[in-house]
Amino acid sequence: MRHLPALPGHPFEERVIAVERDVVRARLAVGHAMDRLGARTIRKTRLVTAASEIFRNAFLYGGGGRVTIHIVEADRMVWVDCIDEGPGIPDLAQAMKDGYTSGRGLGRGLGGAKRLVGHFEIHSVPGRGTQVRMASQA
Amino acid sequence: MSQGTGIYLVDGILLVGIDENINDSDILDLEDRLAERVHESRARGIVIDISALEIVDTFVGRIIAQLAGIGALLDSPTYLVGMRPAVAMTLVELGMTLPTVRTARNLQHAVERLREGR
Repeated sequence: MRHLPALPGHPFEERVIAVERDVVRARLAVGHAMDRLGARTIRKTRLVTAASEIFRNAFLYGGGGRVTIHIVEADRMVWVDCIDEGPGIPDLAQAMKDGYTSGRGLGRGLGGAKRLVGHFEIHSVPGRGTQVRMASQA
Repeated sequence: MSQGTGIYLVDGILLVGIDENINDSDILDLEDRLAERVHESRARGIVIDISALEIVDTFVGRIIAQLAGIGALLDSPTYLVGMRPAVAMTLVELGMTLPTVRTARNLQHAVERLREGR
């Protein structure tokens, strides 16, 4: 479910998450975008880890998703959108808490991912899907 | 054997390698094979090598914790080696400190500790 306006900057890569291996492929693409901007290892590791949490959520709970990666050279930012058309998250505040899970994961995904990135937004409508937007400086 | 993992018996120690392509369907298979190998080989310990991993998310963190749990239940001390510094920092920020998993700086350290019976 697309909720937010288009990402800033230039398109870098788009990925579809349909099968589990796509989670790794999509997060590698996020890493390549950080490499393109010459990112420091720790910054790249943080963003790629957060992306991995979000992409796996989209695969496990959202019925798959679409990932869009943009680069803004001026301020050396990498932006990532992950959109699914799954059942949505009924109680976002609850879902952001550490330890919460509605499925098989450890439930540290959402709150943890937010702590790892410079910018984190999540919009979810029950029955329509979820959009997560993340960004970090390289 | 699944694509994302390998188990090797080296000098009485079971070496488990995890690569980034590990997926959900590999996990049960890996846990099953590890438990079998610990049992039949009478290995003195397990070393889980994650040096191939550029990142560890909560999914892989959970796998590591489960493998170490199996080792503990089978009286086979388990060490984790090969964690990159950025991965350690990120895991702490994620709130996933793996308190039940013993770590060693590298494979040699882990093997020395297992030989000393620590």
